[in-house]
Amino acid sequence: MTAAASLRRRLRWYLPTIAVAIGVILAWEFIVISFDIQQFLLPKPSAIFAEFSQQIRLWLAPDERSILFESSGATFWEAFGGFIIGCGGGILVALISSRWTIVSEATMPFAIAANSVPIIAFAPIMNNWFGITNPASKMAIVAIIVFFPTMINTVRGLTLVDARQLELMRAYAATPGEILRKLRIPNALPYIFSALRVASALSLIGAVVAEFFGGPRATLGVYITQEASAFDFAKAWTAILMASIIGISFYLAVLLLERRLMPWHASLRGADMA
Amino acid sequence: MQSAGRQSAIWARDINKIFNPGAEEEVIALQGINLTVAAGEFVSLIGPSGCGKSTLMRLIGDLTQPTSGELLVNGKRPRQARLDRDYGMVFQAATLYDWRSVSKNVQLPLEIMGYAKAERRQRAQAMLEMVELGAFSEHYPWQLSGGMQQRVSIARALVFEPAVLLMDEPFGALDEFTRERMNLELLRIWQRTGKTIVFVTHSISEAVFLSKRIVVMSPRPGRITEIVENPLPYPRDFTTRNAPAYHALVAKVRELLRDAHDSDEAAG
Repeated sequence: MTAAASLRRRLRWYLPTIAVAIGVILAWEFIVISFDIQQFLLPKPSAIFAEFSQQIRLWLAPDERSILFESSGATFWEAFGGFIIGCGGGILVALISSRWTIVSEATMPFAIAANSVPIIAFAPIMNNWFGITNPASKMAIVAIIVFFPTMINTVRGLTLVDARQLELMRAYAATPGEILRKLRIPNALPYIFSALRVASALSLIGAVVAEFFGGPRATLGVYITQEASAFDFAKAWTAILMASIIGISFYLAVLLLERRLMPWHASLRGADMA
Repeated sequence: MQSAGRQSAIWARDINKIFNPGAEEEVIALQGINLTVAAGEFVSLIGPSGCGKSTLMRLIGDLTQPTSGELLVNGKRPRQARLDRDYGMVFQAATLYDWRSVSKNVQLPLEIMGYAKAERRQRAQAMLEMVELGAFSEHYPWQLSGGMQQRVSIARALVFEPAVLLMDEPFGALDEFTRERMNLELLRIWQRTGKTIVFVTHSISEAVFLSKRIVVMSPRPGRITEIVENPLPYPRDFTTRNAPAYHALVAKVRELLRDAHDSDEAAG
């Protein structure tokens, strides 16, 4: 297949999605204008885009600064740092606990219970522990939020191994370490990545919401609360747009990594990766 | 007795296997099993479900232990035979590792046994050529048909040259046509390698076509009803299935299985 034909095919595949997106934005603009909705209730998409391009101009200009972009960077690092610490810790604890069935069986009910706790409620406590302007307070919240789903899924992936596949290993007289490396970990990868995908979205939500409880000026959560209370809704919405862009990009990055590390899995799902 | 055990590939005396002994749901899976299999022999275990044929195979392969009785494989305890890597195993499902290419799947036992990379690759390729999949070594399991996957799992079971090949309904999930082709292929492999094969099946025609002896089993409790000698000469091919002796043997085994079933119904 030629590159042009491939591009056309993909375009046709995505066309309905693009059409829906454009349709929604146009309808939004049209409704705001025709019903004369106040900008503090719902700004026009065109106003949000104008503010967004203004921020990009400020960001690119050498002697100007864009608080929005600084905020986005700060929030991204909080989310990313928390993601790495939380997911890394979750995978590590799962690997250790699955080595001894009794440990994982004893800890799993607590992990599942902890996973249902609204951990964001601890944000003010973390602010007290680490200091309200310290990014560590937000990273801690994100890390705790992503830790439990990652740990739970990893333990499942390491333990839900096909009995026959284990018997094969037994027939080869494989050591527990070899079974872990050659069977349990590869078996757990799809579980781990499905947790990481959820965690990527959770980490940004966790960071922004934790910032609602207070933080340095240049963070998205604080930016949104301040602009909203100042009735500058185009600015608040631009920050929301920015948070969405970061969240989606983060998710896609994890997805890309997944496809890289597990080519067999994407193919198994029948995903069209032409 | 022990000296006979040392010479045979498999030597079982008075084997009993009871699941959940003493409990409410106690099941006598196997009772008074006596079986001797010579080195290089092809033996089928056949019987209705619940007759313990898979359990017997799993006992031989040290995947479970007998409640009582004596079992030797190549003159050793099954556990020792397993640690010596005497067993190649093929299950009903191909049980390939999705994340490994066909060649890497076949190399898996060699990796664990510490073979050097070059030798692993070369042996896997030779095995894949024997099962006529030489051109598919870099494919992934999901790209192969069910029959091809099962051939990969046979290659994987044979690649480290185990003395005994244990096959638990390996072609049970395949269609009739593929199954008959696989039967021919298995006989060819057996004659080339001279392995001892224990083959569990519930297909009468398959058991008669393949094996030198057919162990007919019956359920509740699982026991051996009769061991049928198969006089059909090797090599066998697709014309074997047309021979009158073949049909006579199929009829005989079917009769034995029906007797076992009837007595089970009467007892139940």
